[in-house]
Amino acid sequence: MAKKFNEMAWHEYPLGFMVTEPGCAAEYRTGDWRSQRPETDKSKCIKCGVCYLVCPEGAIVLAADGTYDFDLEHCKGCGICATECWTGCISMVEEGE
Amino acid sequence: MAKRVGIEVSLAISEAVKQAKVDAIAAYPITPQTHIVEHLSELVADAELDAAFIPVESEHSAMSVCAGTAAAGARTYTATSSQGLALMNEILYIIPALRLPIVMTIANRALSGPISIWNDHSDIMGARDTGWIAIFAENGQEAYDLTLQSFKIAEDHRVLLPISVNIDGFTLSHVIEPHEFIDQQEVDAFLPEYKPAVQLNPDQPVSMGMVGIPEVYAEAKKCQDEVLKNSEAVVKEVFREFGEKFGRHYQVVESYRAEGAETLLLTMGSVSETAMEAIDRLQDVEKRSVGLVRLRLWRPFPSADLLKAVTGCKTLAVLDRAVSFGSPGGPVASEVRSTLYGVDGAPYIASFIAGLGGRDITIADFISIVDQAESMAESNENHQYKMIGVRE
Ligand code: SF4
Ligand code: SF4
Repeated sequence: MAKKFNEMAWHEYPLGFMVTEPGCAAEYRTGDWRSQRPETDKSKCIKCGVCYLVCPEGAIVLAADGTYDFDLEHCKGCGICATECWTGCISMVEEGE
Repeated sequence: MAKRVGIEVSLAISEAVKQAKVDAIAAYPITPQTHIVEHLSELVADAELDAAFIPVESEHSAMSVCAGTAAAGARTYTATSSQGLALMNEILYIIPALRLPIVMTIANRALSGPISIWNDHSDIMGARDTGWIAIFAENGQEAYDLTLQSFKIAEDHRVLLPISVNIDGFTLSHVIEPHEFIDQQEVDAFLPEYKPAVQLNPDQPVSMGMVGIPEVYAEAKKCQDEVLKNSEAVVKEVFREFGEKFGRHYQVVESYRAEGAETLLLTMGSVSETAMEAIDRLQDVEKRSVGLVRLRLWRPFPSADLLKAVTGCKTLAVLDRAVSFGSPGGPVASEVRSTLYGVDGAPYIASFIAGLGGRDITIADFISIVDQAESMAESNENHQYKMIGVRE
């Protein structure tokens, strides 16, 4: 997208406030909403991918070794991954600690 | 001149919808609108109209389905009344925000309670601020003509907004009137196939109905209001083209024997025809200087044309057919007052409410309204509104 919505004047908006570029929500950094961040004890990870499936933000990315990393620019800190992880290897850590 | 056909106004409206070759209809039956969609469902069942007729379990669903079909690029129609319109309310706001040009007939009926199936304007007044264009018809011919014109107005790419054609419940919906129908060929030439500007299409994906965070919401609303206001020019353009082609001329504000009149009545909807009779009697028998102004376009509010229509009169008696509870006047009168506020030589404005829940407004009532308005103007009476014919 050339200009972002928050830079456009009202008459520059696309028809009906539609978004015509798929996936552009990625430009919106939701990471600073977070008060807690997920951390993984990778020694316990069984590479099942459940965390990847349940993250509502698509903020979990496959690492080269088959485990998963967090995209902290977008992770909102909801804790779903930590609750659902089969081995309990994800814990939520207070931001700023 | 085309042949006149005596037919129920609801059926004439269905005929207009059929001639507009709509692609999709989703509706829920409610008195007094039922005959319109009932007849449309027959036309679809008899293969006289090639459209998807989608029956639903509520008006909320009807308008939601309409949002979907219109977003998919279908010419979409629905009709409702009263409680049905109220139940649609949540979705009504979304349609213009998404710029979906749906056409809806509202057979105007009072809102509960007490439960009333009879005519007044409380339903459309409740939907006043939803962002729809709102037009009023005074008789069956107008209902037919305005339905056809509404598709053209709504689908113009400078507009792309939904539009409601308001017809008084029972007073219009259930009466048989003479109608002149336009030949299908001429309808096709006047109203070409709908070409959506954007539509849901897997080859060119778009997201409709986005979240608007505080940084972007106000601009979206400003944009929507500007488009609605600018639609008035397109309404006039379509009225003009229709008049040139078919010889029936429409104005956003209509006048009747109003030239130079000292007192003007202002009405909206079918009651205007009774008001005309009252004006004839006042001018021809009583030799009084009283004329009539009728609002055809309710939203966007035609301020400039209204101002022009009432300039020079001393007293303006505005008739409302709904109560805006707790407000300092009837809903139409309040708009008129704010349009004329601070205008040099503006008339005295008297606000009257009558015809609630199907009560008749007679010629005698109109004459009484004029008498009261003139004496209120004389004493410059400070008032909010007066209710006509209410037992005290
Ligand atoms: S905390 Fe929530 S948003 Fe962040 S990675 Fe886990 S599931 Fe995704
Ligand atoms: S859910 Fe837990 S165990 Fe499974 S891949 Fe994610 S972090 Fe590893």
